[in-house]
Parts: sequence; structure tokens; C-alpha cells
Amino acid sequence: MRTLSYAQAIREAHAQALARDPRVFVIGQGLWSPWYAGSSLDGLDREFGRERIVDSPVSENAVTGLAVGAALAGMRPIVFHPRMDFMLLAADPIVNQAANWSYLFGGMISVPLVIRAVINRGGEQGSQHSQALHAMFMHVPGLKVVMPATPYDAKGLLVAAIEDPNPVLYIDDRWLYAQTGDVPEQAYSIPIGSAAVRRQGRDITLIGVSTMAANNLKAAAALEREGIQAEVIDLRSLKPWDRETVCASVRKTGRAVVSDPGWRTAGAASAIAAEIYDGEFHALYAPIERVTLPDAPAPSSRVEELAYYPGEREIVEAALRAMGASRSVSMRARSARSAA
Amino acid sequence: MNIDIRSSCLPPEDATAWLLERWSMMLLIRRAEEAIAAMVETAEALCPCHLSIGQEAVAAGVCAALTNSDTIWGGHRSHGHYLAKGGSLEMLFAEVLGRISGCSGGRGRSMHLASREMGILGTVPIVAGTVPLAAGAAFAARMRGGTDIAVAFFGDGAFEEGHVHESLNLAALYRLPVVFVCENNLYSSHLHWSERRVADRLDRAGEVHGVPGRRVDGNDAEAVYSAAAEGVARARRGEGPTLLECRTFRWRGHVGASWDADVGVERRGELAEWLKLDPIARTAGRLIALGVHDLEGREHAIMTRVGEALERARADELPGPDRVLQHVWAEAACGR
Repeated sequence: MRTLSYAQAIREAHAQALARDPRVFVIGQGLWSPWYAGSSLDGLDREFGRERIVDSPVSENAVTGLAVGAALAGMRPIVFHPRMDFMLLAADPIVNQAANWSYLFGGMISVPLVIRAVINRGGEQGSQHSQALHAMFMHVPGLKVVMPATPYDAKGLLVAAIEDPNPVLYIDDRWLYAQTGDVPEQAYSIPIGSAAVRRQGRDITLIGVSTMAANNLKAAAALEREGIQAEVIDLRSLKPWDRETVCASVRKTGRAVVSDPGWRTAGAASAIAAEIYDGEFHALYAPIERVTLPDAPAPSSRVEELAYYPGEREIVEAALRAMGASRSVSMRARSARSAA
Repeated sequence: MNIDIRSSCLPPEDATAWLLERWSMMLLIRRAEEAIAAMVETAEALCPCHLSIGQEAVAAGVCAALTNSDTIWGGHRSHGHYLAKGGSLEMLFAEVLGRISGCSGGRGRSMHLASREMGILGTVPIVAGTVPLAAGAAFAARMRGGTDIAVAFFGDGAFEEGHVHESLNLAALYRLPVVFVCENNLYSSHLHWSERRVADRLDRAGEVHGVPGRRVDGNDAEAVYSAAAEGVARARRGEGPTLLECRTFRWRGHVGASWDADVGVERRGELAEWLKLDPIARTAGRLIALGVHDLEGREHAIMTRVGEALERARADELPGPDRVLQHVWAEAACGR
């Protein structure tokens, strides 16, 4: 199989969709410049023409609304937001319009739209150039939200998002762009809402998405050196998310760490942890650990960034806490039994 | 490219028949909305209903320049746009009453009207929410080729939203086949325009973006039509967007059946002046001058049609509680 980078995989999904379906077009800021999209849209304007690869004025709201209207009128637009922070200016067409349309009009009109948002953080860029806002959109009924972590998923989920009759928020992270992996040449789609078990293990389940799914694999290798066999689940989709795969794993391991590249309060990890408690409380040996950003805006100095962004080390620590707690819980259970 | 400008944009051949048709449409809108007003008063219609009584010439005039495959987009006050574009009267009543036979399955109610077949792709109460969407439909039409155009209906308050100005710029930049129709009824909810802006020149709002604008007597169906037809023809020729400011006045309050007294707005003097400019009476006067004398009989037929459609809608089924989770996501793409 071929090896592609995450960014190249995104580009290939675009190119194949544009070649296959004349209804597909891309609109947003920075499409003609490598500065905004890295290599993820490299040369698409030359290949497909600037009528279909439309570098737009700085009008997030109207450009996104235009994409919603074009989708309603039969096109298959991909609207591009090179920084998710700026996409908040388009909250109305995304949240009020696209997400509600199917429901409001009794299922008679759908919005086949891809909203692509890039998380572009670190590098001392500060709080308005760094935000991972997936949880805000995961909250909204009617939207689908995907966050691929690998080149393979980056392509397959984008294909699925374009094929989906609903508005799909596709979120990619610049930190993943250089990552390489096997990517089939032909177009393929990954069902939205299906997680991937990246590694089998019996002791603890490490659940994550996007950059944190990548960190989970490194954490699992570190935990193995401690004699702990971690099962690693990459959620891939946040809305809908794969409850069956996650719950089956937690039933097996009895312990879970949910890692999220976003904030803690009302975040993705919190929502998923709550659902696991609802469904699998009696299977748990220990409280669910959450690894998230602290409830603070992104800092803008290197030293503070290192303290702010969690990674492999924080996941390992959380997993060890869960394992420790499970030991004391099983000891309490044993002493309770012997007392009886 | 060979562009067919279509007969709808040419001066009507039989002026009397055309005018009669516009008069009938305006009267249909008014009688339908009066029926809705009555249901608001008796609490039979509980959803928020925003009536366009007094403004009927805008919907009837603009839509006369459109074909079925053109799309229109509207706001909270769009019963008239829906009917004028060919939406079913019975399905409008059913929608207002929340019946599953309504044009939006009883989900949208008065503020969310659609008919894919007639090119009514949606109305929403978020102010100016559909203005960029109309530009998007025009973008789609331009990509597909052909001569379809899109019309955005919105009020004067919409110009206080930034994305209207963004949309004007995008439409000009991409030469989109769209006509922006501002129904300036002087009030945004309870606030007069002078409490919201210092300049009374909304027709010029597109100028810096390269969108030509025109001010029109919005209570004159013929004037509205001829201005709209010009903008529509321009759009069909691929020459880009046009903005129309149609000056008009809503007789009733912002929402519901009242005449505004209940929200502390004193418009009685103004209203008396605008009642004299009733668009339906003006068109009727023109028809009588043209020798049409059976307007009463025609009005009676319209009243009967409204009454019968309402009775059929009332008899339709209401949704059950099991429907709450349906259609959050579409199973398959459905649209144009």
C-alpha cells in the first residue's frame, strides 16, 4: 500500500470527489495559498479551476450561508475554515440553519454539506489562533462531527462526509498533517459513527479522538512497560459516537481514560464519560479519568504551552491513577467480603 | 451563451388578465392571513404568526416575474411569499395548525414554510438568515448553467445584520443571479427605522459592493413587478445581482393579530395614511378603470376557496409524540 501524509490524504479525498461529482465545490479562505491549508489543498485550484475551488472574501458567515444554500439547491459544497476560531462568526448558518433544516422541514429537505474546520495551535499563537471547539458543535442536534487521527481516516471520513446527506463538521488538526500512514489509492469511506480499536488490551481502555488518539497509542506502549495492557479506541466520530465499541471495551477492562483535545467543562470527554457511567457503572472498577485541556484559554508562550497541552505523560498518569484506584477498590471489596 | 429571458420578464401581453391575476393573488394572501389572524385570536393557532397584511403587492409583484424552477427564500413574515410563488393554500393552513399534511410536515409552522416543487426552499425567523442561502442557491444555479435565479425576501431590519452586507459583496463578486428584495415596512418589530439608523436610503445599501439598487412603491403591484422583472432579467442574463427596496407598511403588529397597541407602539396616524394606499384597493381601481366589473363575484370565490382549504386542513391529522426524534438527520439526500 502507498504511504501518504495526513495532509496529502485530505487532498486526495478532495481531488477524487471533485473529479467524480460535478456538484462538489470548495469555498473558503486561503484555498489558493499554502499558507492557510498546508498541503491539504495543494494545487486543487489549478487542477479543477478557480470556479470550483473558490478562495473567498473574509466573510465567514455569508460564505458558510452560501454553502448551506448551495447544498439546499442541489450542490455538494465543502466550506473551508482554515482556523476554527474564526468559524464562530458562522455559528448562525451552521447551528441555526444547516443543523435544523431537516428537522424543521419535516425531513423533506436535507443539507448535504461538509464544513471543514482546521485546528491550528501551538507555536505561541495564543488564544484566538488555537481553539478546539468540537464540543460546542457536538452539542447541537442535526450536526455530525468527525475528527480523524490518521491519514487513512482523514481520507475515508472526508469521503463519507461528502457522501452524507447531512451537514458534517470535519475537523482536522495541523499537528497531524505530517503524520504518515497507509492510504489506499481508490476512494473509500469510513462509516461516520464507527470507532476503531487500535490496540487490544485487557486492563484499561484508553479512549481518544484526533491528536489525543495518537497520544493514546504512545501512552499504551509506555503502560505496557509497566505491565499494563491498554486497549486503545480511536473514536474518529464525536457525533454520533460509537457507544457500542466503547462500552464493550469498558465491560472487558473495567477502567477507562477519556482523552480530549478540548476543554474540560461540558467537553467531549465529559459527555462520553457520563454516557459510560450511565451504561456501564457496574462494570467499572475505578472512576473514569479524563485528560483534557484545563479550563483556560490557550497561552501564548512556549513555557506555558508545554504546561497547557496534555500528551502521552498525562494519559499514562491518568491510567496509573485508574489502575491504583482499582487496586484499592478490589482490596476494599475483598475486605468487605472477608468481614461478611 | 444563448439566454432565454422568458416571457415572464416581458411586459404582459394581456394587461387586464395579468392585473386580475395579481389582484386575485393579493386578495388570496390577505384573506388567508385574516383567517390565520382569527385563529391566533381564538388560540387555535398557537405558533407565532407574523402577518403581511398591507404588504401583499411585494410578494405578488416579485413572484410574477419568476418561474417554478427559480428559488425564493424568506423570513418570519412569509405566508405571502409562499402563496405567491405557488405554495399550496391548504398546506399553508395545515402547517400553521401543525398538521402532518402541512408544507413542512407540521414541524415548521408559520415561520418555516417550504415547497421543493415550487422552488420555495425555506423561510426562517432568524433575521436575514436566508439571505446568504439565497446567494448560495444562485451560486448553485450559476454552476449548473441555465437561467434559474434566486430571490431573497427580507425586511428593513435585516440591513442591521452584517451578513446581509457580506452577501451583497459575494453576490456582486461572483456575479450571482440573485435579486435581493427588501420589504421596507418602516418598522423592525416595534422600532421605527429612525430609531435604528440615521439614513433612509436602503436602496443604496449595495452600492459600495457593486450591487445596483432601486426604490419602489411597494404598495403598487405593477411597479414592484416591473422593477423585479428588470432585476430578474439582469440576473438571467448573467449580469449579477440587483437590490430592490420596496416601501410598504404592515397593518398589523409585528407578531400576532393585534395592531401593535399591545406592545406600546403608537402608529395610528401613520397607519391611517397607509390604509389609503391599500395595494389591493389600488389594483382594484385600475381593474375597474380597465372595465372589469365582476370583482365582487371573484372575491366571493376566493373567500370560498380559503374557507374550504381551512376546513380541509383542520380535518387533517396532528402528529403523535412518537415523532419527536424523527428527521434530526436525513436518511438520504432530498432537495433539488
